[in-house]
Amino acid sequence: MRKAVLVVLAVLTLLGLVVGSIGCGGGDGEGLLTPKGRLRVATTTSLYDTGLWGYLEPMFEKKYDVELDILYAGSGIALEYGRRGDVDVLTVHSKADELQFVADGYGVERVPFAYNYFLIVGPENDPAGLKGLTPEEAFKKLHDNPGSGKFVSRGDASGTHSKEKAIWKSAGYTDYEAVRTSGSWYIDSGSGMGPTLLKASELGAYTLTDEGTFLAYKGRLDLTPIVDKGSILLNVYSVLVCTKSSKQEMATNLLNFITSPDIQELIGRYGLKDYGKALFTPCVGEPEPTS
Amino acid sequence: MGELWDAFVKALHLIVTLDREVMDATRVSLSIAAISCAATALLCLPLGSLIHFRRFPGKRFLISTIQTLYSLPTVTVGLLIFVIFSQAGPLGGLGIFLTPTAMVLGQVILIAPVMLGLIISALSGVDKAVSETATSLGASRFQAALITIREARFAIMASVVMGFGRAFAEVGVANMVGGNFAGYTRTLTTDMMLQTQMGNTELAMALGIILILIALVINVVLNRLQQR
Repeated sequence: MRKAVLVVLAVLTLLGLVVGSIGCGGGDGEGLLTPKGRLRVATTTSLYDTGLWGYLEPMFEKKYDVELDILYAGSGIALEYGRRGDVDVLTVHSKADELQFVADGYGVERVPFAYNYFLIVGPENDPAGLKGLTPEEAFKKLHDNPGSGKFVSRGDASGTHSKEKAIWKSAGYTDYEAVRTSGSWYIDSGSGMGPTLLKASELGAYTLTDEGTFLAYKGRLDLTPIVDKGSILLNVYSVLVCTKSSKQEMATNLLNFITSPDIQELIGRYGLKDYGKALFTPCVGEPEPTS
Repeated sequence: MGELWDAFVKALHLIVTLDREVMDATRVSLSIAAISCAATALLCLPLGSLIHFRRFPGKRFLISTIQTLYSLPTVTVGLLIFVIFSQAGPLGGLGIFLTPTAMVLGQVILIAPVMLGLIISALSGVDKAVSETATSLGASRFQAALITIREARFAIMASVVMGFGRAFAEVGVANMVGGNFAGYTRTLTTDMMLQTQMGNTELAMALGIILILIALVINVVLNRLQQR
């Protein structure tokens, strides 16, 4: 009867091996457990939540006959993966951190490839009365009138989170920790852009979001843009090849792919059909926008 | 109730149409859990027997430690694998971080204490008279041990099923060390987490229903095998 146990084990092993090999052929005899012909990109959540990566991925895979693995992460953790050498390419939006990353020798070059703007979104009735204010004034008003409205922060060291901190700083609050812990109006959600928008919508709160993710999620949200003007709201996405990557050639292919005129044109049109508005403005070959 | 019903219909639709993403996630989930479970069982059956049948100092302490590790959190295992196997870690050169291999390793670490502990309990549950009788009839210590293992087979089987269940249903290790890459390391559970975060509640629930259905089928099959 020990046989029963052995039979079950054998069945499990077989199941694992058989199931594991189905569909894993991938053309070149690549097995489940061998990481060959793959390229890893760590991306800010917004480029994934908007569906842009899902749209570009198959085109790149087909053109270069490679499996593109996309790691969904905030810019903070994406840069950390790059520093540790776990990914080959980054697509992120946190300029100061990116410049530091390149200065420290982890990135070959920072190449801005598209931009859009951040928005402060909130409930339609704008309980805290932020309409018409600059981003800095709006933040100040929220902070100084804690009962008037809640604010949901990404709180995850992402590019959007660093932008939020930059706005607090520019508004005169140099001690971000003090803002973060100043009361129950400030909610630290610790999640990606899409999830944060959904939470803000549930809570009837304000949040800072990139325009692309907001448009992509708009149908599922009871939120509307409240503040959309101010040069601090500029949001530039860059692509960086990591120096620690052992796949420099394929990584450079991806960089060239994203910055090629054809793909830039597709990025510039992305979302036009579904959201009535392009989600990104391509910017390769132009000076980096500053406002 | 409407939402639940919609999710159920959607789950059926995804199964019937053999949806590519769902099939991929199911394949990854099943193969990784099965390989982890088989590897752990092959490791734990001899090890558990050894711990049970041998007398050595610190045995009770060892067993308590194993039982404490039942509640090893999945994120702790994930973090451990990350620190050790990430390129910057001591074993980074193996290049297994963010691959299915790392997921299998993580799940083995996760389920080994449970399986080991339950196998030891299973063996302890067998009446001492069984091996004493065998010995008195002239069986060697090894033969007596085999007879005890045979007596405990159902409980041992239960521990293997339990291990498979924990590996199949967990999300922390899979997400942290696999990277949730579609078609490669994305399992049913990590896909559910992603879809929930992206607000695709219905799809996430449909995946949950598929996961439970598969667990049901597997358990029925294993039970059948065991009864034969």
